Amino acid sequence: MPAYKTAFVSLAIVAALAASTHASAFTACQVTDTGGIDDNSFNQTAWKGVLDAQESLGIEGRFLESQAETDYDANINSLVNGNCDIIITVGFLLGDATQKAALANPEQLFSIVDYAYDPPLPNVLGQVYATDEAAFLTGYLAAGMTKTGVLGTFGGINIPPVTIFMDGFYRGAMYYNAKHETKVSVLGWNPETREGLFTNNFESLDDGRAYAQNLYDEGADIVMPVAGPVGLGSAALAAELGPDALKIIGVDADLYITDPNNGRVYLTSVTKRMDATVTEVIERAMNGSFEGGVLVGTLENGGVGVAPFHDMQASVPDPLKAELEQVRAGIIDGSIPVDE
Amino acid sequence: MNNAQESTVGLSEALLRRAAPSRAALEDLVVVPIFAVVVALVLGAAAMLATNVDLATVGRSYVALLNGSVGSVNAISETLTAAVPLTLAGLGIALGFRAGMFNIGAEGQLLIGGMAAVIAGFSFAGLPAIVHVPLVLLAGALAGGLYAAIAGWLRAATGAHEVISTIMLNLISYRLVDYLLRLDFIQREGRSDPISQSVLESAELPRLLIWLDPNLRLHAGVFLMIAAVIVINWLLFKTRLGFEFRASGENPDAARYAGMKAGLIIVLAMGLAGALAGLAGANQVSGVLGRASPGFSAGIGFDAIAVALLGRSHPWGVLLAGLLFGALEAGGRQMQVEAGVSIDLIGIIQALIIVFIAAPLLVRTLFPWGFRKAERAEREE
Repeated sequence: MPAYKTAFVSLAIVAALAASTHASAFTACQVTDTGGIDDNSFNQTAWKGVLDAQESLGIEGRFLESQAETDYDANINSLVNGNCDIIITVGFLLGDATQKAALANPEQLFSIVDYAYDPPLPNVLGQVYATDEAAFLTGYLAAGMTKTGVLGTFGGINIPPVTIFMDGFYRGAMYYNAKHETKVSVLGWNPETREGLFTNNFESLDDGRAYAQNLYDEGADIVMPVAGPVGLGSAALAAELGPDALKIIGVDADLYITDPNNGRVYLTSVTKRMDATVTEVIERAMNGSFEGGVLVGTLENGGVGVAPFHDMQASVPDPLKAELEQVRAGIIDGSIPVDE
Repeated sequence: MNNAQESTVGLSEALLRRAAPSRAALEDLVVVPIFAVVVALVLGAAAMLATNVDLATVGRSYVALLNGSVGSVNAISETLTAAVPLTLAGLGIALGFRAGMFNIGAEGQLLIGGMAAVIAGFSFAGLPAIVHVPLVLLAGALAGGLYAAIAGWLRAATGAHEVISTIMLNLISYRLVDYLLRLDFIQREGRSDPISQSVLESAELPRLLIWLDPNLRLHAGVFLMIAAVIVINWLLFKTRLGFEFRASGENPDAARYAGMKAGLIIVLAMGLAGALAGLAGANQVSGVLGRASPGFSAGIGFDAIAVALLGRSHPWGVLLAGLLFGALEAGGRQMQVEAGVSIDLIGIIQALIIVFIAAPLLVRTLFPWGFRKAERAEREE
């Protein structure tokens, strides 16, 4: 039980306490997707944005965890009635529910991670991420690092914010092939048919283990799970097999840091800086510059990125690191297209 | 494997005796559930204290629980909305208990019923709501009933225990729904993930309170719930079929010697139970969600087992238990918003309630003064 919440409620009762926690009464409320606020990746990163805003802007934050897809409407609903200055919903699957609530409550500000409305709603700011740019780099890196010549990936649910990682990863590896005349293959995703390997949930660590095992059995020695906490199960398997046999590429957060027990198995992570954009959105709502529309995180503005190699620093050859820098520059200036 | 199977079956039979009490001992029907709820709340508070939640927050969270479940129009609307599918599916499970069947398959029956309802809900454009809504509900009930009847038939024809077969049918239904949701004529246009088209407006159970506030989700399913309680109560206690269900549940051999068709009764009881679970699924897709996605059952089929146990398999008891679980769900949300206490705690409280319901002896030992009459009654027997 974090102390700030205790502080918050006392604040409601004893007004004098308000002075000690910054006088602002701005409240940001967040609805998570299934998987939980402590999933070490997706939901946790978005919640970190509120925590950061709490530090830097002196706001109050509350969250509500969705335990099933049926909770979305109800959760948003109970926050609409709960004096929130802005409601941030986390995840593509909350797109319908957020739209419904935003239309029914035009005075309430909303922001949604991983969804953009077309045409935009005046009271909803979508936060989307060009994660394929960063995943392209990790695909390139993985293709340069693999010993078996086989890479693997799998997703949670076949939705755009998941498959965009897999697209980038696949194409990065193919770009490496084209440049080095290698024949590295990627299992688990076909960007042409839009079909691939999906656990169909964002919860089961057992699925994460089983899917990584399947990919490993097919020869993959580097696997990128794009399924929130499901990937922690894959990391647990990699920790048993040892990072020489199987390496994992994390997504959303730098999993070396958020999953320290298995930190040594992470080659790197594709970071999706939802924390940065969430804080940005809260700031905009506070200073009155909030407008409905879209906020896009890219490699250039730091909204997406590639985490440091940490323990793997020494095992990534220097020439490959130099190439990665070139590819990164190429993606940013547009000379290397990531979407074809 | 065999041993485990036998012990599962043994356990289910022991639980069945608890779930469908043969003598309507008032203490067992009323006092045990009340104590179970109280003890669960106390132990829930202890669990919070053990996880470093201070006493003031514990108090605040229970106030929030109360506020969020009955403290406002919105709270009551949310409680009822959550109670409807739990009660409907719980009635099905209770009916099964009465007939001596331990149906673990409500989750799967709810999924299959909901799928059929969603298909009926988006397929027939141009129907007036007065025809379309009943059609959707009927489709759900029929599909759920047929799906459950498979387990009933397996039991009647081959002796396969329904606990095992309904669990297996659940697993099949998960994957079947994943598959169905990706078929072209069901999947929503422009989406690659498994999600169905939205049901047409004419197929939606009307919202009852939107004239008050557009966020209120209470819908006409609540009438369906009350009607179902009345019908099942009548069926169980006032009809010949209900008598045959109960007779087979109490003593299958006696029922058979009395000339009842055991096999037919098993299939019928399972089919009716499944129809009620399917109705719960139809209620969810046409009253709450407006579409189907892989997780739309949300564990309701499993919570319904708890609801039936808590309600002692009596239709009115099931209604009360469904309302309680609905209140816990709606209030639990408020608990997290206002006090910041994890919503998982509600799961712990629900689980504790079940533990104490399933172990009435434990409750009797804890609260001997609550049961003096019952003990005397037992001694007299």
